[in-house]
Amino acid sequence: MLARIKNIMVPLSFGVVFLLLWESAVKVFDLKPYFLAAPSKIFEQFTKNTSRIWDATSVSGTNALVGLIIGTILGIAMSFVLSRFSFLNQLITPLAISLNAIPIFVLVAVLNNMYSITSEIPRRFMVTLVVYFIVLVNVAKGLTQVRSTHVELMRSYAASDIEILRKVRVPNAVPYLFTALKVAAPASVITAFVSEYFGGLQNGLGSRITSNIANSKNAAAWAYVLGACLLGLAFYTVSIILESVTRKGETK
Amino acid sequence: MSAVEVIGASKIFNQGKAQQVDALVDVNLTVNQGEFVSLIGPSGCGKSTLLRLIANLLEPTSGSLMVNNKTVSQARLDQDYGMAFQQAGLFDWRTVSKNIELPLELKGWDKEKRAARAAEMLELVKLPEFANLYPWQLSGGMQQRIAIARALAAHPPLLLMDEPFGALDEMTREYMQGELLRICGETATTVVFVTHSIPEAVYLSNRVVVMSPRPGRITSVIDVDLGAKRNEDTRAADGFFRNITAVREALRGTQAEHASANAIRGLEDR
Repeated sequence: MLARIKNIMVPLSFGVVFLLLWESAVKVFDLKPYFLAAPSKIFEQFTKNTSRIWDATSVSGTNALVGLIIGTILGIAMSFVLSRFSFLNQLITPLAISLNAIPIFVLVAVLNNMYSITSEIPRRFMVTLVVYFIVLVNVAKGLTQVRSTHVELMRSYAASDIEILRKVRVPNAVPYLFTALKVAAPASVITAFVSEYFGGLQNGLGSRITSNIANSKNAAAWAYVLGACLLGLAFYTVSIILESVTRKGETK
Repeated sequence: MSAVEVIGASKIFNQGKAQQVDALVDVNLTVNQGEFVSLIGPSGCGKSTLLRLIANLLEPTSGSLMVNNKTVSQARLDQDYGMAFQQAGLFDWRTVSKNIELPLELKGWDKEKRAARAAEMLELVKLPEFANLYPWQLSGGMQQRIAIARALAAHPPLLLMDEPFGALDEMTREYMQGELLRICGETATTVVFVTHSIPEAVYLSNRVVVMSPRPGRITSVIDVDLGAKRNEDTRAADGFFRNITAVREALRGTQAEHASANAIRGLEDR
């Protein structure tokens, strides 16, 4: 219990000290609000605009969540196909790598042109695409990189390919899936924000941040950034809780 | 009836290509019911390949193999043998008990029958209190005992082992050797055992098969005359050392060839 309190106290006190330094730096050096807003002002804006921030957060959050779920399902499905047909793997992997290498956010601009300006589809599609490749690459690795001893053992039991898939490959891939989700969950939130910078509906956190900065309302913009942080954290926390539930307290 | 019959078996990898490897050439071996036979030899002598041919995990290039008077592929389908490797190869996501039940699941046994057999096997390897733990919570020696319990869970007449104690420390290793002899004695299991260790081969075996590389083949078979009952005193007996010397001398011939082959290869590399 004492160790647990200590575990929480160390990062918490660091955060408090950091905020105090920030606050005093703004006061001491008399930094103008358009340059850097004080944490107290940001918090003031946050409490004043809670319902608006909540609305914007739920818009971006829904986009991220829809993309995350669809991308995960598609990624898992495709990884099964890839692990079964290795020639497809050689086909898809270069595509996955090149798509990850280019800044794929620019695709949102193209997608915005394809759908009506009031559609949420382009952003959700973008999130789906980002999540899909993260999940695909990791789960496919989990399905294929099984220990040779395990496969030999299963063959010595005269196990069929389906049985090897069910009893070896799938359980082996589960930790890989959660590793992918831990990366994909924050990435889905980031993608949902950044997608809003490329036009379309102006109702999410990303567009609120830009419009507040454009109007020199720096503290308000920071308040929306705070909302964005909390949303990202929420996604990450859920992915960790999911992982710990499915791993039955296993630690290695 | 012989437990294992190997008739003129050869295994050539990459046949006809530049990297052709004659892993095994014209190997003949008969293992009788209830016998403990070790395969020993330097790296590349094909001892693991021979074990995998018997297990039907590899197909021979030529020759034939029988287990319990069946073709090896039929024997594999019937789960006529259990197998253990250098890595215990337990599944981290299954409890100890569920690991032992795996071969029985694949045989289609129902749940209660599986659980009962797993409990019985845990008694056999003297680890009944660990049934509900996960493999990573056990020491290396315990994991290997669970692997043996799993290999024997379906009560196969034959046990194939590929350096199962190779990764264990010396003390654990000697303990495991004693346990293996006790378990195989109680279950009347025939064993084919691949090892690098001369004392291990002598202590465990009725016969030691000495193999040599390039090409992989059997160079001699040594009968170990230590009797059926073996215990820790056996390790200090005169006969033990006499048999070790016999195996060592048989191996020395293969080692010398091995060394000269390396020397020739060194010249070629230059």
